Amino acid sequence: MSVELQANWVALQTIVHKEVRRFMRIWPQTLLPPAITMVLYFVIFGNLIGRQIGDMRGFSYMEYIVPGLIMMSVITNSYGNVVSSFFGTKFHRSVEELMVSPASPHVILVGFVIGGVLRGLAVAAIVTALSLFFTHLQVHHALVTFAVILLAATIFSLCGFINAVYARNFDDISIIPTFVLTPLTYLGGVFYSISMLPEFWQTVSLANPILHMVNAFRYGILGVSDIHIGTAVTLMLLAAAILYAVSLRLLKRGVGMRQ
Amino acid sequence: MTPALTIRQLTKTYGNGFQALKGIDLEVAEGDFFALLGPNGAGKSTTIGILSTLVNKTSGTVEVFGRDLDREPSALKRCLGVVPQEFNFNQFEKPFDIVVAQAGYYGIPARVAGERAERYLSELGLWEKRNVPSRMLSGGMKRRLMIARALVHQPRLLILDEPTAGVDIELRRSMWGFLTELNEQGITIILTTHYLEEAEQLCRNIGIIDHGRIVEHTSMRELLMKLHVETFLLDLRSPQQGVPVLEGYPVALVDPLTLEVQVEKSQGINALFAQLAAKGIEVLSLRNKTNRLEELFVSLVAKNLAGGQ
Repeated sequence: MSVELQANWVALQTIVHKEVRRFMRIWPQTLLPPAITMVLYFVIFGNLIGRQIGDMRGFSYMEYIVPGLIMMSVITNSYGNVVSSFFGTKFHRSVEELMVSPASPHVILVGFVIGGVLRGLAVAAIVTALSLFFTHLQVHHALVTFAVILLAATIFSLCGFINAVYARNFDDISIIPTFVLTPLTYLGGVFYSISMLPEFWQTVSLANPILHMVNAFRYGILGVSDIHIGTAVTLMLLAAAILYAVSLRLLKRGVGMRQ
Repeated sequence: MTPALTIRQLTKTYGNGFQALKGIDLEVAEGDFFALLGPNGAGKSTTIGILSTLVNKTSGTVEVFGRDLDREPSALKRCLGVVPQEFNFNQFEKPFDIVVAQAGYYGIPARVAGERAERYLSELGLWEKRNVPSRMLSGGMKRRLMIARALVHQPRLLILDEPTAGVDIELRRSMWGFLTELNEQGITIILTTHYLEEAEQLCRNIGIIDHGRIVEHTSMRELLMKLHVETFLLDLRSPQQGVPVLEGYPVALVDPLTLEVQVEKSQGINALFAQLAAKGIEVLSLRNKTNRLEELFVSLVAKNLAGGQ
């Protein structure tokens, strides 16, 4: 391994280690809230209301919404981790520690994205474990399940990074999650199948990227989906590649970081 | 020998149209202890920002030990340690973690990073505070933490932007000792400071920047030779009723016990004391009215301002 490559490998390990330590240290703010929120969803929507709704596409309502709820936690936590962590480094000006170092922009970006993905996966594991108290899960297609969750976490980590780059104050990091992510998640087929909607709204729903993620993940676990899996995975790969390129360009140009 | 720093025709125009640097040329030799001085807004921090890659230059070239900023930024960054003017670390983190993480960004493995963090934090008197959240440190300690962080990858060129600002005299002097030791070990140091006494005491060469231009670039000795007139304050044993007449020396009475005298370099001060003794005026002590470099600095900057107008 060349000296440059080895140095970048150490730098990547440093960033990832720092990111993981950060969200583990503040676990009451990072890991506990999604666990409590999801238990409430399982109890109220899955158990109490779900019993009145009955089956959906051959599964109990609880079984039907669990994949969507796991995906919802992955999306919000991956995004939230990177946006708050990277904005924090800008706020404290410790981003300068990274900018003056010889660490490659790829390393800096990948380091923060891995941090977001790991938090997303950690929350997914917690929510999945909790869901087992309310229903039983059997994975229909392990590779699709893992690929989709990994891609979704990567995409939203990158979105969080871009948000953090442009954010100038703490309000700017909560606008997107509140006014964009939450509505798109609720309208992304977490609680219903789009086949229940009129045809026009079914077509409109297809423009919601979260619908594709939720359904692809639901396919991985339950084997049912409202959309074509191949299309969903291709769109996710494309989105990840575009967002990575945009994030890298912002980092290289030092937008919001260099004068 | 390749210079530690070579700057050619460096310009910087900010987005609002303000031209902070108007084509500066600067060369700092390896092993030098160099002072970069200038009034507020002269372009010192912009220059340092460009060297540390935190500010994008508009045009010109920068080389550190022959590594070009545009062509070999990573190699350049490895040679360079920067201590900025403002605190730029996460104040919730501990000093040890801050220094070790910075080493990691430079590709230094954790074990070596830990050893170096211990060495530099100890040398800078921070080892006892290594596990205290850095927001709990005093201003002087935070500055020393930034020096430890800048040294952890063992740079060949260390740039310090106002390292002793807000630091008490005792600590300032211990930092001077530390920086002198570093320079003796072969590290080239560039220092910006508002304490001209500090620059005069530590630095061998000097650049004065004003309104985005280098107005002086010479050795400290040559610069001080340019000072033709020095103003001294004499503390007297007995109060004076009127201003004594001392032939050849302009004199003013600051208060009955303090005399202000201007002495040209060619005159020397022996003749002054002879006249004072002849008049029965006993002098208890003698001091410069202002730091010698300060007098020169003020006159150079004033001259540049007049020239610009």
